[in-house]
Amino acid sequence: MFNNIRKNRYPNIGENQVTDQALYEKRRHFIKTGLQAGLGISLSSYLPILAMASAQGLSERIGSAKNTRHLEPNDELNTEEQITHYNNFYELGTGKEDPYRNADALITDPWSVSIEGECENPGEYAIEDILKPHDLEERIYRLRCVEAWSMVVPWIGFPLTELVKHFKPTSKAKYIAFETIYDKESPLPGQNRRSIEWPYREGLRMDEALNPLSFMAVGLYGKVMPNQNGAPLRLVVPWKYGFKSIKSIVKIRFQEDQPPTSWNMTNAREYGFYSNVNPEVSHPRWSQAKERRVGELFKRDTLMFNGYADEVASMYSGMDLGQNY
Amino acid sequence: MKSPGNQKIRQLIKPALHISLFFPAVYLVYGFFAGTIGINPIETITHVTGQWGLRILLLSLAITPLARITRSGWLIQLRRLVGLYCFFYAVLHFSIYLVFDLSLDFGFLVEDILERPYITVGFLTFVILTLLAITSPIRIRQRMAHTMITWNRLHQMVYAAGILSIVHFLWITRVDDTEPLIYALILALLLGYRIRTAYQKIHRRQPNSTALYQ
Ligand code: HEM
Repeated sequence: MFNNIRKNRYPNIGENQVTDQALYEKRRHFIKTGLQAGLGISLSSYLPILAMASAQGLSERIGSAKNTRHLEPNDELNTEEQITHYNNFYELGTGKEDPYRNADALITDPWSVSIEGECENPGEYAIEDILKPHDLEERIYRLRCVEAWSMVVPWIGFPLTELVKHFKPTSKAKYIAFETIYDKESPLPGQNRRSIEWPYREGLRMDEALNPLSFMAVGLYGKVMPNQNGAPLRLVVPWKYGFKSIKSIVKIRFQEDQPPTSWNMTNAREYGFYSNVNPEVSHPRWSQAKERRVGELFKRDTLMFNGYADEVASMYSGMDLGQNY
Repeated sequence: MKSPGNQKIRQLIKPALHISLFFPAVYLVYGFFAGTIGINPIETITHVTGQWGLRILLLSLAITPLARITRSGWLIQLRRLVGLYCFFYAVLHFSIYLVFDLSLDFGFLVEDILERPYITVGFLTFVILTLLAITSPIRIRQRMAHTMITWNRLHQMVYAAGILSIVHFLWITRVDDTEPLIYALILALLLGYRIRTAYQKIHRRQPNSTALYQ
């Protein structure tokens, strides 16, 4: 089973062109709730007819997204099975396979995102409206978990910068805060226990959010984002430990102060606000010098900023990365 | 306890123990090659061998109280076998870490032992278990009768191994402490029982305590 990292290179999935029954049903539902949302949410220039077109189009748009960031030497793509059956998403359970098993508990449509704080266009937006203005592209990024395992994932989405620009933050917006879905009345399976204080919260400094690498993903492997990987909209910041890349986002808030973030709230000594991948700064309990690429037997060296130093290191020049971990 | 039926059960218990205590290892080796132990098999093997090492350690500690309570002295014969299985899983656990996590880089090992408390504690546990395993043959046990540290004294360190391995487990747990806390409770009960009987022995309230049950 250890040759299961793809030798034959993606993308050559033919299957996502074929509409299967489940997907078809989902689209119908999408259209129906899209109509309801269109009538109910009047904040945006929302036209049911357009919604229909875009809802029908989402998986096609995802399927036809052009790759703008290729595999790098020394990396091979992880398989779709590895990516969708092994991850952390505590809302769906703390085991690595729990998110996959409990994926159905997350209902992603209808879905809306609340845009708040220091910006010119705040409001509650249907996910369709959030996605409509943006061209989708595919980017292959490494993902390094703070637990010292890693993967290479073909995400589909659009740059976070585009989203930020769309809502026009004011000059007071120094940080951007995100929240994952949490409904007290009907919590997700993992939210019945207070393993962390719900909802899950994350945040970035504005320059980090505007870095061209920061990405909002809506799909992977040429398909609509599986629930367990953070459907329908998640952040991907590949130079930071995986937990910074918040999933299933329902709230985005522009603000002047640094927002509290979940793992930092849970254990400030172990998890900082920045959480940049750094092989030299070990976690208080384990080393971060090496990582196991899922599918490989031996560990490999972890790269500074997860190998993205050229693109991000300048944002932290002059900062003590041992202090600002 | 002397009926022929019981004799048969006794004869069956050893092979049954071997089969059940060896089973997790078979499951892991098979699963590794069949690809049925998850997306990250090395992680699974580390966790499962660690868990079984600790569970079997607790099982070995439960034998003496069980023998006393049921007045079945013959159970004591099983302690050595059970204890060696605990060591077997500890060896697997440690080897997997040495080979696949550290790529046999012993500099890294020293660094980990010195700098990561959970590894320090795991390693201490391993050292204790190794001492107990090498002194487990009957011959060595008999020879130790004339040394400074008696065999019984030495083997009481198994309680320290129990405590340390639970601390080791708690230290690597990120959120859900339930499992290590259950083990801690079991260990506390077993230790409580031993302390109580030791106390009773000193106060001669228990007339039939024998050295065999130590
Ligand atoms: C040199 C000695 C040892 C080393 C280096 C070591 C290392 C490790 C490592 C790397 C893990 C996984 C940590 C993680 O998932 O983040 C672990 C887990 C564990 N180890 Fe050890 N260990 C040692 C000895 C022992 C011994 C002797 C026992 C028990 C008899 C033990 C019991 C456990 C248990 C119960 C776990 C947790 C399994 C789980 O997460 O389900 N370890 N150990």
